[in-house]
This record gives sequence, structure tokens and C-alpha cells, in this order.
Amino acid sequence: MSAEQLPALVVVAPLVAAPVALLARRALPAWMVATAACGFSFVAALALAVQVTSGGAVSYALGSWPPPWGIEYRVDVLSAFVLVLVSGVATVVAPFAWASASAELERERLYLFYALYCLCVAGLLGMTATGDAFNLFVFMEIASLSSYVLIALGRDRRALLSAYQYLVLGTIGATFYVIGIGLLYLMTGTLNMADMAARLSDISSTRPVLAALAFITVGVSLKLALFPLHLWLPNAYTYAPSAVTAFLAATGTKVSVYVLLRFYFGVFGTRIVLEELPMSQILLALSVVAIVTASLVALWQADLKRLLAYSSIAQIGYITLGISMASREGLTAAVVHLFNHGITKGALFLLVGGVALRAGHAGFDRLQGLARTMPLTSLGIVIAGLSLIGTPGTAGFVSKWYLVLGAIEAGRWWLAAFIVATSLIAVAYIWRFVEAAYLAPLGGATPRAGEAPAAMLVPAWILVAASVWFGFDTSYSVQGAARAAALLLQ
Amino acid sequence: MKRLIVLRVVAKMLIPFMLLFALYVQFHGDFSPGGGFQAGVIGAAAIILYALIFGLPAARRLVPERLVETLLGAGVLLYGGVGLAGIALGGNYLDYFVLGRDPVSGQHRGIFWVEVGVALTVSAVMLEIFYLFAGRGHRFDE
Repeated sequence: MSAEQLPALVVVAPLVAAPVALLARRALPAWMVATAACGFSFVAALALAVQVTSGGAVSYALGSWPPPWGIEYRVDVLSAFVLVLVSGVATVVAPFAWASASAELERERLYLFYALYCLCVAGLLGMTATGDAFNLFVFMEIASLSSYVLIALGRDRRALLSAYQYLVLGTIGATFYVIGIGLLYLMTGTLNMADMAARLSDISSTRPVLAALAFITVGVSLKLALFPLHLWLPNAYTYAPSAVTAFLAATGTKVSVYVLLRFYFGVFGTRIVLEELPMSQILLALSVVAIVTASLVALWQADLKRLLAYSSIAQIGYITLGISMASREGLTAAVVHLFNHGITKGALFLLVGGVALRAGHAGFDRLQGLARTMPLTSLGIVIAGLSLIGTPGTAGFVSKWYLVLGAIEAGRWWLAAFIVATSLIAVAYIWRFVEAAYLAPLGGATPRAGEAPAAMLVPAWILVAASVWFGFDTSYSVQGAARAAALLLQ
Repeated sequence: MKRLIVLRVVAKMLIPFMLLFALYVQFHGDFSPGGGFQAGVIGAAAIILYALIFGLPAARRLVPERLVETLLGAGVLLYGGVGLAGIALGGNYLDYFVLGRDPVSGQHRGIFWVEVGVALTVSAVMLEIFYLFAGRGHRFDE
């Protein structure tokens, strides 16, 4: 198998692993297959990232039908960057899932969990790797349908209801997306994104194309939980099994952001999206509202997992804020924050998963004095929390730095001040954890069983370490993001 | 419905033809409308008719749930395997051209096995959904 097969293999490995896990019918072999497939995809994604950084974008003709007639997989610096994030997080979460899902799920259903996990990974990787607008829809459905079921597997009975809410809103999102694609196909007669972009340049101001832009914007915004289309997210993240929350929070919405970037800059083009239409103003306004309201709502949550879910909505606001600047700094900030927030939030949800394992759930009443019984978990949450705030020396600082740079570059000093000021709200909600875990006396409901098992702590700490590492060494994250931003603005 | 002799006799007469028709739709998919999806649905419909007339336990004895689940995964695996066979024989993923002696026979062979995979998965999913809904709470025995 040569390197030119990598764009297909990175997606196919988890896709084929899913039925193998199903046929295994037992938890252990299913888990091993899933972990191996995610690891393989991660290695393949890293190899692809190296390849596209030195040699430019890779095009892969599925079934040897040349594009634009056949389905094309196209991996460039941006998609390789997202592929590395998704497959990397999947590889870290898979070992965690063994301990966590075994405790949270019925034993006879575990193999189904791993099959679904593989499908979800394959769907997200496929959305990233494909260069075909309809193929993207198919992978979006694979990822969404499997994530609905994964969320519904949660221990709490409300998981079923939140999965249903997500199903309804997610289906509306996917339908809007496919309506948009239908309109674009009507106008251009092609489904290949690069070909579509070339054909759209003459007719970009016609009404069907504008309608397509509106449908795709709303559809994808539902998937990425842009305010005010975020309503499915808090419940889904709160009641899903811990491993699922960590994986989806780190990757699911990020891939949708990637799709939005692809369509805005790769298909419709900056001229129509940013110059003729007030998309950047709309995005800016929604991002600002998302950051403020979601952060404030997060402050009042009684459950740490739910608090972090609201914080995710705010952090997505920072990403879309970067997109709305549409400058090189802004897009760099958006892409780098996509990555940094992915690993930071992944770390936090993995650690909270450890708390949930010991305490049943992560309500603040169970966190009183937690630092005494679970010191490593608490320390990890604080460090990743600092990265969420954007303290210097953490990954979060790097993305906030580029966001502020972008704001200053655009001459919007108020926006720079706003970004710094809203970080203070993040300080407040992370402080709530510090106060409960470190300053409060040991509570009656606090778990006394000790630390989470090493199988859960190690993956979580890998991501905690990564969120510190990428605060110091930005050669991969920022340079990759900068290259991606340059590519988008071409 | 087990006691209604008309239904039982008619169902017994119909089911073999339904299964045969499923196979016809499957293998004639090259030349006329049809293919794996439709064939899978028709095949599953035959089993579902059997379940409606003779009861769910009888259908479960005929096509156990374990078999359904295996077929479900096997179909997807067959599809993916055809794709990987393309890579193994020196082409791209899902490359049918390299599967036969010449490109045309390769295309025939590739689409044939892919459609078999589709039919297996579709009929298994249909049955699985039916079993899940029919098996909830009460039994369809009578």
C-alpha cells in the first residue's frame, strides 16, 4: 500500500472497523479493533499532513473515476490539520472509553458502542477528506446518525430525550445543507467543490446561489452550534456517555466549522460572502452574543459537565469571531482555536468523565473538596481550565493572542478589549471549580473511592499536556493554521 | 393469525415467489431497474410477511436475530472489502477496473459484489427494525 492511497485509507480504516466490531460481538475484540483503526487513521493523517505541507494538496480519485465526474478526495493543509485533530482525539479517547464506557454502559451493548464510535470517526474524517459536496452530506449523515445513538446510550434517561432533540435539529441542519447543495447543483451541474467554485464565479449573485448560501449557512451553523442554533448542544453533551462527550466536543462541532470555512472560502468565494453580503457582520454579531450569553449561562450551572457544554458554545463563538474578521490573522486564530479548543475541551471532558465514574455525575455538590480525594483529576481540570481561559503558557493563550491581533489589525480596539474582557467570565466559571475542589471542605457527597483508573487518567493527561505543549511550541499548530488561512484567502 | 387457513396457505404460496423475485431484482439490476437495495427490501418483506402470519417466534426461529446482526455487518464489510480489493490489485479504493481481466468485466464483478453487500445489509436492517418494534412489550403470536 503506497502513500497515494492514504486519503482513502484514513477514512476507510474506521469505516471497515465498524462492521468488524459488530461481527466480533464481544466488547474486548471490538474495542481492540476500534482502537487499532483510530490509531491507524492518526498515523495516516500525520503522514498526509507531512505530505501536503511539503508537496501541496493531494487529490484522490475514488474508484479511479477522474474528478469532476467521480468522487474526489482532496486533502490540503487545512483538511490535513483537521484530520490530525479528529483522528488524534479519537485515538486518545478510545483507550479511555474502555474503562469509562464499561462502567457506564450495559456490558452486552458495549460492542455496539465501539462499532458506532468507529462509524462516527469515519463520518467526521470523511467530511474532512472529501472534495465532493454530496459525499460530504453522506459522511455528515454517517457522523450524525451514529452520534445520535452514541448520545442516547447515556446512563441518564434524559440522554434519550436530548439525543432526540439533537436528532430533530441535526436533521433540519442536514436537510438545509442538502437543499443548498441541490440549488448549487441546479446552477452549476457539478458536485465537485473545486469545479463548483470555478463555475460559480460568473453567476454568484443569482438568486438560487444566494438561497443556497443561506441554506448551507443555516444548516452547517446548526451542526456547529452557532448561537442561536445551539439549543441541542448543552443537553447532548451533559447526558451523553463521558467518552462520547469528550470525543464529540473535541471534534464534532470543529468539523462543521471546517465545512463552513470550505464553503465560504473554497466554494462561494470571499467576494460574495464577505463583500457583497453582510455575512461577516452577521457572524460577528452572533459570535459576540454567543460568547457573552453562553459564558454567563455557564456561570450558573449546577453541573460541571453542563457548565463546560455552555462554555463550548462560547468557545465556538471565538472561532466564528475569527472567521468573521476574514483576515489572515482572523482565520489563523479561528483555525488554531479550532485545534486548541478541541484538545483543551477534550481534556476537560475526559477528566470530568473520571469524576463521573467515581461520583455518578459531576454536579457541584459532589465536587466539594475533590482535590483531596482526586488530586490528579482536579489539577488536570485546573490546568486545562487555564487553557480555556487563555492564560499565557497554555494553548488557549495562543488562539486568543491571534484573535486580539486580528482585531487590532482590523482597527477594532473595542473587539480586542471585548475578547480580553470575556475571558474574565471564563476565569469566573473555572474559579467555581477551584473554589469547590480546593477551598471547600470535603463534602458528604464527594466520592471517596480515590483517583480515576489509570486507563482514564493517562489519556486525559495526554490532552492536558498537549494543551500546555501547544502553548509553548506553536510550530505545528500556528504554522499549520497560518498555512491553512493563506490557502483559504487565495 | 395462525388459525386463518386462507392467509396461511396464500402466504406459503407467495413467500417463495417473493424470495425469487428478490433474487430476480438483485441479479437483473444490471439491465433493468433494481439492484441491491430493492432486492434487500423485497427479501425482508417476505420474512416479515412470514412473521405476520406465523408469529414472531416462528420468524425468529427461521431467521434468528443473531444471524440478522451478522448479515448486517457482513454486507457493509463486503462493500468495504470490494473497495479494499481494488487497492490490493493496484487501483484506487472502490476501483472496479482492476477487478477483472478487462475493465468491463472488472466493472461487472465489482458492482455485482457491492450490490450483494447492499442487499445483505438492507434486508438485515429491515428485519432488525421489524424485530425491534414487533418485539417491544407484547408478542405478535396471536
